Amino acid sequence: MDTRNIMIVGVGGQGTLLTSRVLGGVMQDAGYTVKMSEVHGMAQRGGSVVTFVRYGDEVFEPIVEEGCADLLIAFERLEAMRYAHFLKKDGVLIVNDQRMDPMPVVMGAAAYPENIIEDLSKEYKVISVDAMAEAKKLGNPKVFNVIILGVAAKHMDFSVESWNSVIEKTVKEKFIDINKQAFATGYAI
Amino acid sequence: MSDQKTIMMLGNAAIARGAYEAGVKVSAAYPGTPSTEISENLVQYKDSLYCEWSPNEKVATEVAIGASMAGVRAMCSMKHVGVNVAADPLYTVSYIGVTGGLVMVAADDPGMYSSQNEQDTRLVARAAHVPVLEPSDSQEAKDFMKFAFDLSEKYDTPVIVRTTTRLAHSQSPVKLEERQDIPDKPYERDIAKRVMMPAMAKGRHLVVEDREKRLAEDSCDFSVNRMEIRDTKIGFIASGIPYLYVREVMPEASVLKLGLVNPLPKKLIEEFASKVDKLYVVEELEPLIETQVRSWGIDCTGKEIFTVQGEYSANMLRKAVLGEELPQKDPANVPNRPPILCPGCPHRSVYTVLNKLKIHAAGDIGCYTLGAVAPLSVIDTTVCMGSSISTLHGMEKAKGKDYIKNWVAVIGDSTFMHTGVNSLMNAFYNQSTETVMILDNSTTGMTGHQDHAATGKTLQGDIVPAINIYELCKAMGIKNVTEVDAFDIATLEKVVKEEVAKDELSVIITKSPCVMLGAKPMTHKCVPISDKCKKCGMCLKPGCPAITKNEDGTISIDDTLCNGCDLCVSMCKFGAIGSDS
Repeated sequence: MDTRNIMIVGVGGQGTLLTSRVLGGVMQDAGYTVKMSEVHGMAQRGGSVVTFVRYGDEVFEPIVEEGCADLLIAFERLEAMRYAHFLKKDGVLIVNDQRMDPMPVVMGAAAYPENIIEDLSKEYKVISVDAMAEAKKLGNPKVFNVIILGVAAKHMDFSVESWNSVIEKTVKEKFIDINKQAFATGYAI
Repeated sequence: MSDQKTIMMLGNAAIARGAYEAGVKVSAAYPGTPSTEISENLVQYKDSLYCEWSPNEKVATEVAIGASMAGVRAMCSMKHVGVNVAADPLYTVSYIGVTGGLVMVAADDPGMYSSQNEQDTRLVARAAHVPVLEPSDSQEAKDFMKFAFDLSEKYDTPVIVRTTTRLAHSQSPVKLEERQDIPDKPYERDIAKRVMMPAMAKGRHLVVEDREKRLAEDSCDFSVNRMEIRDTKIGFIASGIPYLYVREVMPEASVLKLGLVNPLPKKLIEEFASKVDKLYVVEELEPLIETQVRSWGIDCTGKEIFTVQGEYSANMLRKAVLGEELPQKDPANVPNRPPILCPGCPHRSVYTVLNKLKIHAAGDIGCYTLGAVAPLSVIDTTVCMGSSISTLHGMEKAKGKDYIKNWVAVIGDSTFMHTGVNSLMNAFYNQSTETVMILDNSTTGMTGHQDHAATGKTLQGDIVPAINIYELCKAMGIKNVTEVDAFDIATLEKVVKEEVAKDELSVIITKSPCVMLGAKPMTHKCVPISDKCKKCGMCLKPGCPAITKNEDGTISIDDTLCNGCDLCVSMCKFGAIGSDS
């Protein structure tokens, strides 16, 4: 199989690392060679963060090159726009329909772009989801990332059982149930 | 072997696993991106080994040296700039050699994801005559750690395992093995080898030179140095992460993959160069390999087409070597998203006061370095760990005490314990009149919340007596030491004004735990009361990411971001921000 390239982008603190670890675990369990690259340190303090996940029979570099991503999972609209050019021509973009103003916008030094999802939809296959609203319905806003993962899972060929088993191994015991619910919610959207 | 499980591992976790399997008994480190997770992973093996956070990298290295002298396998780990702090013991332990194997893990940061410079540890290692191993993925990170200890004991030398951010923070599969049972070495007094005064050191310098020569010859046969002959039109010499980019772009090209990058296997390189038509050297940062290869009269291409700056990529190689690029779209023109202090961060409160008083700050290394940028705009200088207090002292000595009447030094509690305490001793001794603000958030914040000597807890989770920073400053003889709640902005403003005005050294300790520690239970969220809002914008001044301005001039507070610190409540004179509890 050709190597497949996935990117998860968002704002530091949104939980991109947990999401990529579940993704990587599922691929590993399916017998693929997996490489992932993460961002730690300063950018985790509210900066723009990106995680690369690559899987296939043989994988060399751990990062995804521009124009090569099969799937881009964006936890925030502006970050979707920032990294959209990494997608390949028929790539899929899953975007959490949430706005988080970066400091230049808060201070009035820059404007938050309008109509991001509409514009991106002209070029890419875009699936937009208000995961935060769904997470609040479940009673825990923090699990919005696993809801998005559930949405993304429908665009990959792994079984629901496989996702659930990795979630069980990855999150703390007391959060297993809520995360499995979140995954199911996303998968049903 | 009963345990042959393969699991996904972060490069840093694999280094820790390698240390564990190699039978390491003592590890010491100071946290620093991208090295921190090594110790954080090592601690899971605490039943088999001892690991600690030391106050700085020099101390950590000395702890590891002592453990090696005592006859066990020992290691220290740090980020690249930490190697500078540890350089003093490193250069001399190169002369002394080892009893139990001794490994330093140094994590470089090409691209400066979380660092103040882009220095190349290989150059330090070369100057100190210490061998360097450089792995390319997590499996190699584990394997090279074990090889490093064997090498260390066989050649009687400390060994550096050099990683970079991309390796440290990438995950790939690792096959687990069992821990080796390494018997402790007996101790024998040997002052010619362990007491480095001139007469002894002269003899040891000869040993170091001889050792390096033998290692360079023997390393031609090391399995970590591997000739991969494929198409011989193009040949690459590569190591570490750049090796992966070479394989990605030109899987058919020949590669000499170097695992040991100092000293270099001259004969092997000559042999490889003779087999290929055109030779490229691909190495991030400094041209260490290239310069030596050229010095042997071997023609190669390197930094004239590759940069010394930043991280490499497959596409960069594709362009430089093949003159091709993948079809790419231009990135969208979108506002930057720089890192910021978290909602509820006590540093924001302190900086809001300093900004109001128009005070400049000599800064230091930590989350609070983010106080340099708008809208807080308080920090004017940042050099290295512990430098805030001493640079402000230097300013005063250059220009006189009146010159620093609108200045303070700001330093975090962990950085103060690292090397700031030395600078404070100097300020007291040499009669500084500066004001030092120790922003005490009870943790090492930026690297992800590690304990230190003033938190009362060790890496292994033991509860221990905490060094009291207030008493420490008092014990030095400093008269003016004040503790203030970081969120009590009225008192803080008063204290800063008073202390800065004094013609004496002052220390202000602002106290409030890092909001991410969860030490204070969150009792409520802040909520705007729109009909009381006068649209003055005061609450926006601290630059809290939870607060945004609406089109009509009133504000919204994102309830998923707000941590209920009430700084905005204190800023509002009109009672237009309440709480939801």
